[in-house]
Amino acid sequence: MNEALYARRKRLNALMFALTAVCAAVASGTLLAILGYIAWKGASSLSWDFLLHLPKPVGEKGGGIANSIVGSAKVVGLAGVMGVPVGVLAGVYLAEYGRGKFAFAVRYAADVMNGVPSIVVGLFAYALIVHPMKKFSALSGAVALAFIMIPIVLRNTEEFLRLVPGTIREAALALGVPRWKVTLMVILPTAGRGILTGALLALARVAGETAPLIFTAFGNRFADNGWLNPIATLPHTIYTYAISPYEDWHNQAWAAALILMAFVLLVNVTARVWLRPSSGTSH
Amino acid sequence: MTTTMDMRPMPLPAETTASKDAAEAKIAMSVRNLKAGYAGGAPVLKGVNLEIREKTVTAIIGPSGCGKSTLIRCLNRMHEAIPGATADGEILIGGRNALELDPVVLRRAVGMVFQRPNPFPTMSIAQNVAAGLTLNGVHDRAILAEAVEKSLRRAALWDEVKDKLDAPGVGLSGGQQQRLCIARALAVEPAILLLDEPCSALDPIATGRIEELLIQIKEQLTVVIVTHNMQQAARVSEYTVFMLMGEMVEYGLTRKMFTQPVDKRTEDYITGRFG
Repeated sequence: MNEALYARRKRLNALMFALTAVCAAVASGTLLAILGYIAWKGASSLSWDFLLHLPKPVGEKGGGIANSIVGSAKVVGLAGVMGVPVGVLAGVYLAEYGRGKFAFAVRYAADVMNGVPSIVVGLFAYALIVHPMKKFSALSGAVALAFIMIPIVLRNTEEFLRLVPGTIREAALALGVPRWKVTLMVILPTAGRGILTGALLALARVAGETAPLIFTAFGNRFADNGWLNPIATLPHTIYTYAISPYEDWHNQAWAAALILMAFVLLVNVTARVWLRPSSGTSH
Repeated sequence: MTTTMDMRPMPLPAETTASKDAAEAKIAMSVRNLKAGYAGGAPVLKGVNLEIREKTVTAIIGPSGCGKSTLIRCLNRMHEAIPGATADGEILIGGRNALELDPVVLRRAVGMVFQRPNPFPTMSIAQNVAAGLTLNGVHDRAILAEAVEKSLRRAALWDEVKDKLDAPGVGLSGGQQQRLCIARALAVEPAILLLDEPCSALDPIATGRIEELLIQIKEQLTVVIVTHNMQQAARVSEYTVFMLMGEMVEYGLTRKMFTQPVDKRTEDYITGRFG
């Protein structure tokens, strides 16, 4: 080969390599930048009082976001209770029995649902629950978040079930175990770790959703009171505080964002560490 | 009571005459005009007739793609676990056609061990052995413990694992895992045990252990083994079935088939002219 051509190819290779490295740095750097900026802006307003107290009336100094933390836990928890079983069982259906047009439709619908703007899901929950009940509520917020979780959990469950080798299914069937028991008692536990991880990640994802809560959970400046009343949630409180004209609310929004971010990060890291020892199902 | 190989020479089937043998050994399973295939493909089995004798080892040999795995998988209807698979004909077991029985019931009587060891990854050694019982609703600890020990002993694995029954089944070596799978199949007390190339993923020592245990367990149940390895067929089986292109070419006493095959194609195969 011609020397000059070879040198040119080497230069081009180096250039492309550098380009990919820069793009990779941008991709991961964004996360670090966000984390760093939120930590820097939020840390100064962070205190035990902030975590453990209710908001104070406008104009008074101090106050916290205890109600938003409790509210987020309630709304996200209820969303999980509703969304995870539906998502998991639908995923089982697709992985085990999912052939033909209906399965194709379910899979397709789940993928489309994954791409539906979350504010639309919020509107749907509004029409479904808030409007007939004539009331914003924790319940309606949880339903909206559950709708967002279902397609994520469903597709994840299906993926992990498909990773379980067919030989495991055969082994159980050959023991004279009925198919539904094989699915529920052998296949599902074998994929269990992956499915649970997916459910956790879906919870973390919806914990940060704001738009679907704007006209469902609605927000509340007072202590939590039940499932059928408006309720404060972290992302919604951040939104409200951030667009307010008050300096100390801005600071509190940063601190609340830091809390939310830390929670999401914690769940993510936990889920991934948990999954690692045996992603187990496929070797 | 099992007898180990070194205590007693293995009875050589060829020393009994075929007619006497046929009169003595009861038929465990008889296959009549069995046709089978897969969705959209040419038929894999084109009308197989076969009788499997009780408490013997029957080996199914033949080149790749001859239908021997399909045949053995039909015997407990695992064949149907593959979407689009078809099977037609008769497989008589205890006077009833297996193809018309509930496959779940059939599989409890006709167990199966697969090509690659497939212990349940979430279960311990003991849980693996007991799986066929626990998954079908047996939860009495004493019964389970007894079944686990008995099955592990029959699979010649007890001495190696008795101190670590709670360790994960997938932590064992390949050969041990395969014996664990045999123990798991034996724990449901099948009358017939099918093995689909059980040693193809194992080294010669592990293979030897499995062959020994097959010779021991055939005193209590009927064994059918698919094997790629003609020496293995010669070592463990009394009867051999030679399959070629979806048809049964020859069936008879192993000793006789390996010394005086009737069909020219059998002779070509066992002397290594093809396959």
